[in-house]
Amino acid sequence: MSTNARNSVLSSLREALETGAHSGKVPGLPDMKSFSREWGIQYANPLAQFAESLRSVGGQFLFATDLGAARAEIAKQPCMKESRKVISLVPGIGHSTMNISENGDPHELEGLDLAVIPGVFGVAENGAVWVEEDSLPHRALFVVAEHLVIVVKASEIVHNMHEAYARLDFTGRSFGLFISGPSKTADIEQSLVIGAHGARSATVLAIGS
Amino acid sequence: MDHSKSAAEFVGNDARAHWHDQALWFVRVKRDRASGQVPEWEVLRETAAAIKAHTLAKLPEYLEEFERNAVARGIRVHWASSAEEHNAIVHGILESKGVKRLVKSKSMLTEECHLNPYLEDRGIEVVDTDLGERIVQLAKEPPSHIVLPAIHKKKEEIGELFCEHLGTAAGASDPTYLTHAARAHLRGKFMKAEAGLTGVNFAIAETGGFVVCTNEGNADMGTHLPPLHIACMGVEKLIPRMEHLAVFLRLLARSATGQPVTTYTSHFHGPMRGSELHLVIVDNGRNRILAQEAQRTILSCIRCGACMNTCPVFRRSGGYSYGFTIPGPLGSVLAPHRDAGEYASLPYASSLCGSCTAVCPVKIPLHDQLLLWRKKLAEKHLIPLAKRVAMALAGLVLQHPWLYRVTGKLARLFVRIAPRLLVYGPWNIWGRQRELPPMPAKSFREMMKGD
Repeated sequence: MSTNARNSVLSSLREALETGAHSGKVPGLPDMKSFSREWGIQYANPLAQFAESLRSVGGQFLFATDLGAARAEIAKQPCMKESRKVISLVPGIGHSTMNISENGDPHELEGLDLAVIPGVFGVAENGAVWVEEDSLPHRALFVVAEHLVIVVKASEIVHNMHEAYARLDFTGRSFGLFISGPSKTADIEQSLVIGAHGARSATVLAIGS
Repeated sequence: MDHSKSAAEFVGNDARAHWHDQALWFVRVKRDRASGQVPEWEVLRETAAAIKAHTLAKLPEYLEEFERNAVARGIRVHWASSAEEHNAIVHGILESKGVKRLVKSKSMLTEECHLNPYLEDRGIEVVDTDLGERIVQLAKEPPSHIVLPAIHKKKEEIGELFCEHLGTAAGASDPTYLTHAARAHLRGKFMKAEAGLTGVNFAIAETGGFVVCTNEGNADMGTHLPPLHIACMGVEKLIPRMEHLAVFLRLLARSATGQPVTTYTSHFHGPMRGSELHLVIVDNGRNRILAQEAQRTILSCIRCGACMNTCPVFRRSGGYSYGFTIPGPLGSVLAPHRDAGEYASLPYASSLCGSCTAVCPVKIPLHDQLLLWRKKLAEKHLIPLAKRVAMALAGLVLQHPWLYRVTGKLARLFVRIAPRLLVYGPWNIWGRQRELPPMPAKSFREMMKGD
């Protein structure tokens, strides 16, 4: 039955295009190869722009020159001091107080105060960080936690989304996402409220030079 | 349905209409600020329009490529020609897993198909998890805007609703307090859900995956916990390659709410371990639009809502005046495809100011499309008699210069000397809420000729 539905949809679309093709032209696909170079916005200081973009969407930006300094920075943060249930997937930053294996039930993550997760790179134009499934024992980790800390290398900041997508490869991967700041909504009279269903606070910790 | 009759009710509450107007204009201003920060904004729009035009012209091939790649990733792909087929497929999947509790993130497609009542009639609890959608769900109303579903509701009204359904404090209206109450309430629903259903912002032919964008995180909360995720998409959501996502994602949130990107941009490329991921591809009349080459462009829409935020008619008449799943300029060009007779008034719910065209991130020439529909409706004789007669008379007058001059002279005289009751009689529709401009003694032509 599904094959019939499939054929029905595809054939009616084909028929529509054939009967509707008065001009006989198929518009060409724009060349994207040089798009980023030619058009993609560039910033004098991508790290600084990333920090500004992140703050403008309600996120927090921290910088540390090395892992030791990073540990000290994070320890000062209220989200770290107040969190009792913590999962850290970044060695050296924060201590996990609960164990959750890949084979466990993600529902057990409920009540998680803080998740410290690794990010692959950041995007200066919008304060987003690319997070990959490989780095998460459960996809739900980044959204169930009350507070989120994402750790990236300060050198791994791209200028814009075109450069970002040039780096992404989904071969053998089934999930990844951009996270830009904390969860939010403005559905009640356009008043911005931070902390809708996901993290109430999102901090990006950039380590390096 | 008649837009002007439905709108009259909304407009009748003057203070409320102004409040709604301001609320939406505020969102338009945010869009302007955000787009102003991207020097290459117009290039992005051109590129997005070109990508969509190309994809629509080769839609069947891209759909087949998409399906191949999706299936190879373990995504189960279903096809539906109609809303009924879509609903039956979704229900079938849920029933086969014994699902009684479903959480949903925003999907205008499922609104179009009326999925919620279909599932509820069959004993499945459906919880809309986007805060705006949950609000209208509790109020038993449809969404009034595709991005801001509860924009028509005041915080006091939401407070009352939450007091009744969520047990919040009576009289409370602080948005932060109410949102946090909704967070707790919906967290419970997420934890107990047996399946999650989402829409699809973009489907990528090259990889067989799809992207869902939210600010709240409700699509992620709803799909990373239960062992079943059903995603529903219209055929037109397809784009050819991953690199094209950059173009659309840079345009979408800036156009919709004035943010550089949504908080979460989730790329689903396969099910979680031990989980199933189903995708339902739906036509439901889109092939008929595709067949009209001059109107095909309206399928490029990425559902940002910018046209609604800027439209002076939408801002002052509200989403419910359109009587269609999608309101505003976009709804006004989509609805007549579904039922030209029923929605014939919608292309006239416009002054053709062109603001919608100016803000559309994919450069749909919306006001040209509205005008095109007026032409088609006239050809199908679907315009009300009064308007047809008025248009015919106007045509006659404008074709004959002497008639134009005589009519003008008589009209100027009449308005100047006739009693007010006669001038502003029921035939003067334009004069119902406006004063006519003062009529000069001489026409421009007469002045030039020195009469």
